[in-house]
Amino acid sequence: MLQMTQIQKIYRTELIETHALRELSVTVQEGEFVALTGSSGSGKTTFLNIAGLLESFEQGTYLLDGEDVSHLSDNERSAYRNHKIGFIFQSFNLIPDLNLFENIDVPLRYRRFPRADRKQRIEHALETVGLASRMKHLPAQLSGGQQQRVAIARAIAGEPRLMLADEPTGNLDTTMAQQVLELLEEIHAAGTTIVIVTHDQGLASRAQRNIQLVDGKVLEEESPHTQEEIPQAVMLNGGEPLAAQL
Amino acid sequence: MFKYDVKLAFKSMRRNPIMTALMVAAIAVGIGVSMTTLTVYYMMSSNPIPEKSDELFAVTLDSWSPLRPFDDDNPERAPHQLTYHDAERLLSFAEAKRQVAMFESSLIIEPVKAEDLPFEAFARVTSTDFFAMFDVPFIHGSGWDKTTDAAAEPVVVLGKQLNEKLFGGENSVGNWLTMEGTRFRVAGVIDSWEPTPRFYDPINGAFQEINEMFIPLSLTRVLELSSVGSDWGWKSEEITSFEQWLNSEAVWIQYFIELETAGGRGEYVAHLNAYVNEQKKLGRFERPLNNNIYNVEEWMDYHEVVANDAKVLVGLSFLFLVVCLLSTIALTLTKFIGKKAETSLRRALGASRQTIFKQQIVEVAVIGFSGGLIGLALVTLGLQGIEYLYDSPEGMVRFDWVMVLTALGIAIVSSMIAGLYPAWRVCNIPPATQLKTQ
Ligand SMILES: Nc1ncnc2c1ncn2[C@@H]1O[C@H](COP(=O)(O)OP(=O)(O)OP(=O)(O)O)[C@@H](O)[C@H]1O
Ligand SMILES: [Mg+2]
Repeated sequence: MLQMTQIQKIYRTELIETHALRELSVTVQEGEFVALTGSSGSGKTTFLNIAGLLESFEQGTYLLDGEDVSHLSDNERSAYRNHKIGFIFQSFNLIPDLNLFENIDVPLRYRRFPRADRKQRIEHALETVGLASRMKHLPAQLSGGQQQRVAIARAIAGEPRLMLADEPTGNLDTTMAQQVLELLEEIHAAGTTIVIVTHDQGLASRAQRNIQLVDGKVLEEESPHTQEEIPQAVMLNGGEPLAAQL
Repeated sequence: MFKYDVKLAFKSMRRNPIMTALMVAAIAVGIGVSMTTLTVYYMMSSNPIPEKSDELFAVTLDSWSPLRPFDDDNPERAPHQLTYHDAERLLSFAEAKRQVAMFESSLIIEPVKAEDLPFEAFARVTSTDFFAMFDVPFIHGSGWDKTTDAAAEPVVVLGKQLNEKLFGGENSVGNWLTMEGTRFRVAGVIDSWEPTPRFYDPINGAFQEINEMFIPLSLTRVLELSSVGSDWGWKSEEITSFEQWLNSEAVWIQYFIELETAGGRGEYVAHLNAYVNEQKKLGRFERPLNNNIYNVEEWMDYHEVVANDAKVLVGLSFLFLVVCLLSTIALTLTKFIGKKAETSLRRALGASRQTIFKQQIVEVAVIGFSGGLIGLALVTLGLQGIEYLYDSPEGMVRFDWVMVLTALGIAIVSSMIAGLYPAWRVCNIPPATQLKTQ
């Protein structure tokens, strides 16, 4: 689904160069659910931005869905994002003066789906996230967890092949985070490839595979559900026993 | 997609009502001022008789003093009016398809009904061809024929308003009207007729109200009618009788001809020259030959019907529109900064640069359209103000569809131009920047 080899990304400002990604190579198979972890500044968001064709990179190759996307024009990248990728952001990124229906409608409009099709997709997506009855509400009238579910509905309405989520639960309390995670698992079960960035070891452990970034590189790949990680996760979740959350 | 863009434009306008109001106001004021001056200019410079403006000519003969030209500023010009006797002679030659000599007078009208009071009304004293030549529309009856004119029969053609005042708007043809002790038979009533500018007499005001009635020129001598228009003289002549006045060198008669084609011009001037050469033998026309005819457009230029001030004013008012648009650009830029988050989100969700650009342009176009509408309201006020200030007849400054569409067009197009740079800035907002932790 996603194959990056030797990707290099350098942010240049007048004063300094930051090597956000150094010869990063990552492969995500079709249908995988991968969690990306790493300390702050290790390049997780940068990776996701490149994977989601939001940013370009200096070196290396990136095959998305088998196609080399390094030389796509800005318009082609927009279309790819629109057609293939669903984004979920830490801060939800809903448009405050559009109601839920209209928010989910945004990417569908750009895809020029016919009206009836859009309506059906929006309703279905809202049903999936359990908010069908709040279609006409504004984002501010919802809780954080509900807003993030709307964002998920927006991401899935176009049936993307790849779902990218940057700290999707970072702004949520544990119960809400739990709901979001369950939703992601449902989406994954329906066949969508998912890559999420998270600090939350509990969340990471639910993924099929973890990739840890350190200083712009892949540190190691570990299989989830290892015993020794659980105490760490408990601590990261503010002292609550992980078992209680799950 | 366009409907979606318009919908988003309204959402965005509502998001920041004060900013939107300021932008709309800036455009409205700019459009209001520029379109007011433009409308006045358009009205001033419009062709009053487009079907015939190339075949109608004002006639001038240089009968002025041998010592100095008629107009020191434009020494090449002959006097713009004729002497009465020259006009009479030219009429009798009837060299053109149609010809008309005329001046403006005023007469006291005796009451038709016992309870009314006598009042004074303006009359254009003119010859037979006037109505046919200038395509004057009649409601009732007609003008008078050549025999009536020759016989100096007292007939009158009433203006619509005067007919309403005197006869309650009824068909008054055949009725009688007593003016200055003479009984006039009503020959016809004309419909509203307001060629603007009043091309046939710019000398006495291009934006003057149209005369209220018309009577035959031949009555001048009989009733000793005097002109209320301007007259010019250069020769000190002893004038003790009306007949002497009519035969004097004073110029006060306006003379127009209609030619079959614009091409007949040279021939007609030759005819004028022949007439003047003949007069020279009698000791008149001591200046070199300088006889000219001017078509309607040339005649309007001759009299500077569109004052240079008006042109300057239009220029200035459009500069003012530019200033308003510049402030719109500033406001738009400020407003678009607040759109960064939403725009980069839309970009991330798949909107192309062009899509974003189009959306911004539609938004400024909607603002421009709103500004244009309010601007039109201001234009209406402005035009009413001008009518009031200049005391011109009501409806002289016409509010027409061409103007409405022009105003809206200018509002939309200029605001779109003003929106180009901000829109370009917005559509270049990268998709990623705001997606990192906010
Ligand atoms: N636009 C930018 N300009 C300059 N430097 C940047 C920019 N974006 C990221 N960086 C730098 O690149 C490095 C990687 O940043 P990135 O945002 O990918 O880290 P992260 O792993 O997502 O961190 P966090 O967990 O805090 O979100 C950091 O050193 C950061 O300062
Ligand atoms: Mg990050």
